[in-house]
Amino acid sequence: MSPSNLRLAVNMGWLTLAVITLWQGLYLVIGDIALRSPLSTLQFTAKFVSTAQFATHLTETSKAFVLALTIAVAAGLAIGFLLGLKRFASDVFEPFLIAIYSVPKITLYPILLLVFGLGLSAKVAFGAIHGIIPIALFTLNAVRNVKPVLLKTARVMGLSSAATIRTVIFPSALPEIFAGIRIGFSLTLIGTLLGEMFASQRGLGFLLMNAIGLHNVDVIVMLTFLLTGFAGLAGIVLLLVNRRITAQA
Amino acid sequence: MNQPHIRLTDVEMIFSRPDGSGEGIHALGPIHLDLRHGEFFAVVGPSGCGKSTLLELMIGLTSPTKGSITFEGQPINGSCPDGIGVVFQEDASFAWLTVRDNIAFGLRRTALDRREQDQRVENALAMMGLVEFADVYPSQLSGGMRQRVCIARTLVTQPRLILLDEPFGALDQQTRLLMGDEILSLWRKTGATIFLITHALDEAAMLADRIGVMSSRPGQLIDIVETNWPHGRDSRIVEDDAFGVVTARLWRSLRVESMKAIGKTEPRR
Amino acid sequence: MTKAGLIRLVLIAAFVGMLEVMVRVGRIDALTMQAPHKMGLDLYAMLVSGKLNKAIAKTMGNAAIAFVIAVSLGVVSGLVIHRMKRLRETLDPLFATYYAIPVFAFYPLLILLLGLGDAPQIFIGVMLGYVAVVVNTLNGLDRVPRVLLKTARVHGMNPLETAIKITLPSAAPYILTGAKFAVAYSLIGVIGAEFIMSTGGMGYEISFAYNNFDNATMYPLIILILSASISINMVISRWEKSLLKRRGLQ
Repeated sequence: MSPSNLRLAVNMGWLTLAVITLWQGLYLVIGDIALRSPLSTLQFTAKFVSTAQFATHLTETSKAFVLALTIAVAAGLAIGFLLGLKRFASDVFEPFLIAIYSVPKITLYPILLLVFGLGLSAKVAFGAIHGIIPIALFTLNAVRNVKPVLLKTARVMGLSSAATIRTVIFPSALPEIFAGIRIGFSLTLIGTLLGEMFASQRGLGFLLMNAIGLHNVDVIVMLTFLLTGFAGLAGIVLLLVNRRITAQA
Repeated sequence: MNQPHIRLTDVEMIFSRPDGSGEGIHALGPIHLDLRHGEFFAVVGPSGCGKSTLLELMIGLTSPTKGSITFEGQPINGSCPDGIGVVFQEDASFAWLTVRDNIAFGLRRTALDRREQDQRVENALAMMGLVEFADVYPSQLSGGMRQRVCIARTLVTQPRLILLDEPFGALDQQTRLLMGDEILSLWRKTGATIFLITHALDEAAMLADRIGVMSSRPGQLIDIVETNWPHGRDSRIVEDDAFGVVTARLWRSLRVESMKAIGKTEPRR
Repeated sequence: MTKAGLIRLVLIAAFVGMLEVMVRVGRIDALTMQAPHKMGLDLYAMLVSGKLNKAIAKTMGNAAIAFVIAVSLGVVSGLVIHRMKRLRETLDPLFATYYAIPVFAFYPLLILLLGLGDAPQIFIGVMLGYVAVVVNTLNGLDRVPRVLLKTARVHGMNPLETAIKITLPSAAPYILTGAKFAVAYSLIGVIGAEFIMSTGGMGYEISFAYNNFDNATMYPLIILILSASISINMVISRWEKSLLKRRGLQ
């Protein structure tokens, strides 16, 4: 393992330790009325994840998330590239993207429900709109900021537009594009979950919302733990991939 | 005055390695140097020889690992003494303040009344030719003018010793020559001692009363050249035959050191 | 107005016009969406009647409080964390994955800790905005040219003075970027909490209106939030741009 990755692992270790200590401490202060200890959460999780009920909900969420992420990445990259390559187009449309990025998209939720109805498509839509914008914005900037000297070199070498995009622009912009994808990943996840909290009778988001309503502390703490853990792990993996990419850039 | 204006005795700088292992990095010294009051002293040397470290030691930003530095008889100890001004290599102008406010910033530590402060700022603006740019922001000025702002900011404190770390590094050759003239006239007007670090041999040869030549790392003073130029000189001194002699002597001392710095050795003949 | 700006105006007008036409013609049914002009009228009526002023004030007020806390805590934290490399390294993975954490799941816990008032929502708004401010502040602090810090030491400034007179002004544009995120996040935190827990405020009213097919209330409220969010953002962006312009970076 490279020294920096080793440091990352060590830091993650410290962070996890700190979080667990904090958690246990909070539990000791607050008690069973609103929290569960780390240990009992682990036990409960172990039991719960083996149930068929959990499997159904997990599949539902995974389906929605993967769909939403695919749309977000594909559309985000496409928009980002299209706008990034044409200076004027980006001048016109970038403020729109930034405005949408800055708006609390949770407000648009009722509109999406009205348009898509309850169910999978609403969730996917909600997840996708959270992720599309940062990916598009980062890609736009990355493509726009490719060093002019590289483009001049490509022209001098007689590369076609397609070849220039494929062999010069994309690799050069990749680190920043990937940074956008990392953010898009997190936001799509949270968007899909939020979508499930309000628009579904299935999925982990629904389970959470339900548990909040019924004040089922076991489930609330377990889901928070699972989702945070998943987000954390996925985040680390993406961070490592990002480092690999940046090292090559 | 017989006492040196600033005296470095046995000064050495050894940096510890970032991972804390083994021997430190011997960056500088031992250096012995006495600057005379009111002289113009230049330092030249290959890259990496520790010129900038030397400067930071002299302004008290770092303490030497060994040895001592005294300014006007008092030891320098972890903070920049009153009476010393410095102009760094990089642009140190504050982008969010106008030229005038940038210059006035220099007077922070003084206890002058408002009128005296404004007077000094106006003088500095006039001395550096910045009067018409007083209310402009640095980003609207060229690199050379921004350096002038930094010089003006130093001048308002009326320092007795001014250190300049390659202040004209980023400028083109012609501008450098003209800036050199400006520094000379400033030197004469203020009567301050000047310590200039430069990598340009011709600049050092043209401007200074004495030139210290530093070896490659760990930097030590391997030669001090006296130029004996007249006090009222300007850049036209380059036309003097003696100028070529000085420059040649500098290069003779520096050539081998510079080769060491870039990892080459003298080819056997 | 720049050429790009004009085209944007035209596009917006065309979009609104298209919606108007589609509703009139029946492509979009009235239950889903009203005609834009009707939304405008409803918005006007709602504001004039003052019926929902209390809810609006509650939401905006709480979001504002969350914003102020998130930004002040965030900037101070950024300053502190920036000086402590080990701490920053340890926290980096947290910052990178923070925004995927379902913060709303902490809501019941917060109610138990802070009571049923406005505090839990404000807390969530702060939790969401805080990290964005910290990350952007750290970014800005990274970019303070070292020569400026050396200059501060030469002029005998202590760390506090240096932070206030040199570090913060230098990092200001980047801090403003973080502030823009904090605006959105405080609104999301507060409104989201209102959605979930039905304790009043615009989020609750939107949810109530939605459940009762009351488009005449729902759409104006949504438009209000969107406009407030976009305008505040534009104001901060203007400020940010003027700072950057002064420095020749724009």
